[in-house]
Amino acid sequence: MGCGTSSSMKDKKSEKALKAALVIQNWYRGHSAQLKTRQRYALTIFQSIEYADEQGQLELSNFFSFMLENYTRVLEEDPELVTHLSDSNIQDKDRQDYWVLIDVPDSYCGPRLQFPLTFTDIDLLIEAFKQQQILHAYYVLEVLFETKKLLQQMPNFTHIKTSPSKEITICGDLHGKLDDLFLIYYKNGLPSVSNPYVFNGDFVDRGKNSMEILMILFVSFLVYPSDLHLNRGNHEDFMMNMRYGFTNEVLHKYKLHGKKILQVLEDIYTWLPIGTIIDNEILVIHGGISESTDLNLLHRIERNKLKSVLMPPIPIDGDHATEKGNKVGTTITARGIRTNGSLSEQLTKHEWEQVIDILWSDPRGKRGCYPNTGRGGGCYFGPDITSKILNKYQLKMLIRSHECKPEGYEICHDGKVITVFSASNYYEEGSNRGAYIRVSSGSPPRFFQYQVTRATCFRPLYQRMNAVESRAIRMLKERMISQKTDLIRVFQLQDSSKSGKLSVGQWAFSMENILGLNLPWRSLSSHLVTTDKDGNVDYMSSFQDIHIQKPVKEVQSTLIETVYRYRSDLQIIFNVIDSNHSGLISMEEFRSIWKLFKSHYRVCVDDSQLDELTERMDLNKDGSIDFNEFLKAFYVVHKFDKLSKSDTKVA
Amino acid sequence: MADDRDREGTEIAVAEFHKKIKDAFEVFDHESNNTVDVREIGTIIRSLGCCPSEGELHDLIAEVGEEEPTGYIRFEKFLPVMTEVLLERRYRPIPEDTLHRAFEVLDPAKRGFLSKEELIKYMTGEGEPFSQEEMEEMLSAAIDPESNSIHYKDYITMMVIDEN
Repeated sequence: MGCGTSSSMKDKKSEKALKAALVIQNWYRGHSAQLKTRQRYALTIFQSIEYADEQGQLELSNFFSFMLENYTRVLEEDPELVTHLSDSNIQDKDRQDYWVLIDVPDSYCGPRLQFPLTFTDIDLLIEAFKQQQILHAYYVLEVLFETKKLLQQMPNFTHIKTSPSKEITICGDLHGKLDDLFLIYYKNGLPSVSNPYVFNGDFVDRGKNSMEILMILFVSFLVYPSDLHLNRGNHEDFMMNMRYGFTNEVLHKYKLHGKKILQVLEDIYTWLPIGTIIDNEILVIHGGISESTDLNLLHRIERNKLKSVLMPPIPIDGDHATEKGNKVGTTITARGIRTNGSLSEQLTKHEWEQVIDILWSDPRGKRGCYPNTGRGGGCYFGPDITSKILNKYQLKMLIRSHECKPEGYEICHDGKVITVFSASNYYEEGSNRGAYIRVSSGSPPRFFQYQVTRATCFRPLYQRMNAVESRAIRMLKERMISQKTDLIRVFQLQDSSKSGKLSVGQWAFSMENILGLNLPWRSLSSHLVTTDKDGNVDYMSSFQDIHIQKPVKEVQSTLIETVYRYRSDLQIIFNVIDSNHSGLISMEEFRSIWKLFKSHYRVCVDDSQLDELTERMDLNKDGSIDFNEFLKAFYVVHKFDKLSKSDTKVA
Repeated sequence: MADDRDREGTEIAVAEFHKKIKDAFEVFDHESNNTVDVREIGTIIRSLGCCPSEGELHDLIAEVGEEEPTGYIRFEKFLPVMTEVLLERRYRPIPEDTLHRAFEVLDPAKRGFLSKEELIKYMTGEGEPFSQEEMEEMLSAAIDPESNSIHYKDYITMMVIDEN
């Protein structure tokens, strides 16, 4: 009996323990799922905003065409500006001489490269960059000139063969994240004849070491030109660099020679090959394809004529008006602006679109081929398109990059399309893994993942998720504040009883419509607005702890909001107008540009105060505006904020 | 009259549930073709505030899956099932004090903590055991490295604040 009781007590005990364990496990799995979902939501936010920005960038190209059409003063008085905008040749002949004259002082203790380069120079650079040294402009330019010469000899597509003993490694976007490149070279080995690499575009922008990445990649290329392959990405584009940070990085690191470096880079980008074809089976390109992708044509075109995605071919006569990306329509814009032989300086519209598709498209599950409305360029292509194009050219697989994936890579379209993305923690520490792929003929591709971490390495998952999420929400709030007036107008239209409240459904609908971002608004609402117990949203509550700093008190909010919203576009426009890179534009120019901008972007703002605003900010008091200073003055203040204001400045 | 209002109320609730479910589903629908990988269904269901056990989850997946399992769940099948779950308020999450008592059951000496070994033993040995990955993840947040134990009261408080 004693045994019986104690064994039944034991049973009871273990039953209790079992139930308790179940409770904890159940709770934990729920908690874990919440974290994962929050990470996904944050990524969705980052991605939507990123693509909406890219769309804004492409809209600029329309604006430039529009400007050329209408800025008559410029046509007459500043032909230099116009040629700058209209894609004509920049004088090349004095470049080589310029570079040779640069002096490297004895006091320079950074890396000194020895030409012709060898693998020791790769090591040298890596060690130096690990210690945060900056390569002297002299060497930078030398590398750039040599790279350009070599790239000019490359075809549009490099054909590579692998063998069972010689795998090739394919890396995706790096976006200036130097630690990821270090990790790849460390984990996978330095490039060599037996360890070839393909880097599939987007080496620059967003991260803070784009220059260093380019130097390592170009030096690797110069040492192993047959085994280190570089494909052009949509960010290898001088106009994208203006918005997404690389231009700033160069000008900041190279105060004296930065402009020269940027000029040479402009050219080099155009000479980067469009793609690689491995074993006649695998097509490696940066973005994707469209239903009309013509690989034979792409092999033939003169790829160096595509300067920037923002500079589509301008129609020379009425017959070739572009529907895509040029609202100006059939009007002739040449009018003698273009210099001699202009027709031969640009691609045809069809050729241009072919390349844009390669650099900008994204695969999707839906069948067919649709304009890529998320980014504003290229298309969305479905599994049927993939099959069609792969079959047409007897290829088996498409490897591309261009999209950030949480696991660093993703397979879709029945295994025929692989996305590889190599910048870990792209949006924020903890946001995603990076990956690279090793392929060889006859074997399935092998995937390698990683995530670069620093001091925060050992932070538990939930803390990392908090950081990612906060950042995403912050960015979203800044978008909201930049369209505050429009949002409030739409909210109030639906709030007939003027209660200050809307249903979640009404609020979500308004947000989606005005901001143009396809996000799970209901799930995000708790971060963005206060909700009462009936589930109704107090729509003004979003704007309580955040506002745009007013550089001048008396100026209306709507004007401030508008300048803030378009600050990236304005910065690029000003940079392009400022053809002699002085950093200044005249009040006249500013006013004319603003007028055109308003008209093209259909901005309804009372700019009687614009003069007041600019005059107050004309710190030099000489009738010219330092536009970088001007734009920096518009930033968002988060009232309850631990992050510093410098995180929100113009890219 | 009350019935009409009730019905309207339910209709609105259903419409809102549909939108919520759609939002949650879309976040995991990578290819934008109204399907998700079956391995993500658990996460989606839990993100909607439900806490099914692994066994209950298994049954739900059987309900929303295809006749011949494809590895994918389609939205058209998921939506009605999930709407029912939400309307019936099934699989309610574990309240904080229940969770606390569960820990106390495993800590009969009432020390206020469990050692790392004890936690591992229970979580991977009993109930619906954790995978190695799940165990490591929980340990990274829960274990106080100095004492190598989990002070469950503090842990729970921390997690609950974090969720809100």
